[in-house]
Amino acid sequence: MGDFLQIAGTNYRSRLIVGTGKYKDFQETKRAIEISGAEIVTVAVRRVNITDPNKENLLDYLDPKKFTILPNTAGCYNANDAVRTCHLAREAGIGKLVKLEVIGDDRTLFPDIPATLEAAKVLVKEGFTVLPYISDDPITAQKLEDIGCAAVMPLAAPIGSGLGIRNPYNLRIILEHAKVPVIVDAGVGTASDAAMALEMGCHGVLMNTAIANAKNPILMAEAMRLGVEAGRKAYLAGRIPKKLYATASSPLDGMLS
Amino acid sequence: MKVQINGEDKEIADGLSVAGLLKQLQIRPGRVVVERNREIVARDTYDAMFLAEGDALEIVHFVGGG
Repeated sequence: MGDFLQIAGTNYRSRLIVGTGKYKDFQETKRAIEISGAEIVTVAVRRVNITDPNKENLLDYLDPKKFTILPNTAGCYNANDAVRTCHLAREAGIGKLVKLEVIGDDRTLFPDIPATLEAAKVLVKEGFTVLPYISDDPITAQKLEDIGCAAVMPLAAPIGSGLGIRNPYNLRIILEHAKVPVIVDAGVGTASDAAMALEMGCHGVLMNTAIANAKNPILMAEAMRLGVEAGRKAYLAGRIPKKLYATASSPLDGMLS
Repeated sequence: MKVQINGEDKEIADGLSVAGLLKQLQIRPGRVVVERNREIVARDTYDAMFLAEGDALEIVHFVGGG
């Protein structure tokens, strides 16, 4: 039996989902993503530059037949804009998976939860597979699961902050109750943060800045793949309990007297 | 006739279709989605969808994002 991240009935071998923003160029984007092993990649929906339309397109580098394209609603500050963005993304013909994010404030980029709930209701009803970006709040996670979201994606820390998992206890509560995958989205800074998320039992992790803005994005992409794999394996293996005092690793029998 | 494309006022030829406009702008139809007056234009109707004076068009595509 393989170990898969299952989202709405589809199995993914990789538990790492990566963004495509902030890279130096499309070549670097492609190389980092290939090395990360990610099968799902997020993209944003934006206006074409009509004065210079011949620029290369991201999808020229990321074959939608090879990668699952996950369009986001980044930059949307209300439910209507988020739903409109999802409609545009769907028309591009890359599937019905969407990363729903309705931003509440441009300084923290924390989600507007009432607006996220409102948009999620509409999108689920319209047949989208909705993966919502949320704060690390168990009640919100439960509500979005009840609406019919295919996963919940609590933040570890503010988007792009690299602070790592700020509230592991809330994530644990979310994990205890969720019946859909819990994917840590945003705030990861380095490979140990990703490993920690998976060790705790999170089903996946989504990141962009931590790879794209690393000094060496290609090497960091590999580190993240390994971090996610290590964390998942450690979770499956079952860690030892933490104890205050030592337990000898070498036998006490047969000691020289 | 006057239309608005991605928020900018533009003068285009009368009777231009969506397909014709994309061709004129040198945009590959397969990589974009077009919205006309807030309604998405289905890709298989680009040839038959003719633009009218005052139309507001949005032409979008996927870019890098997280």
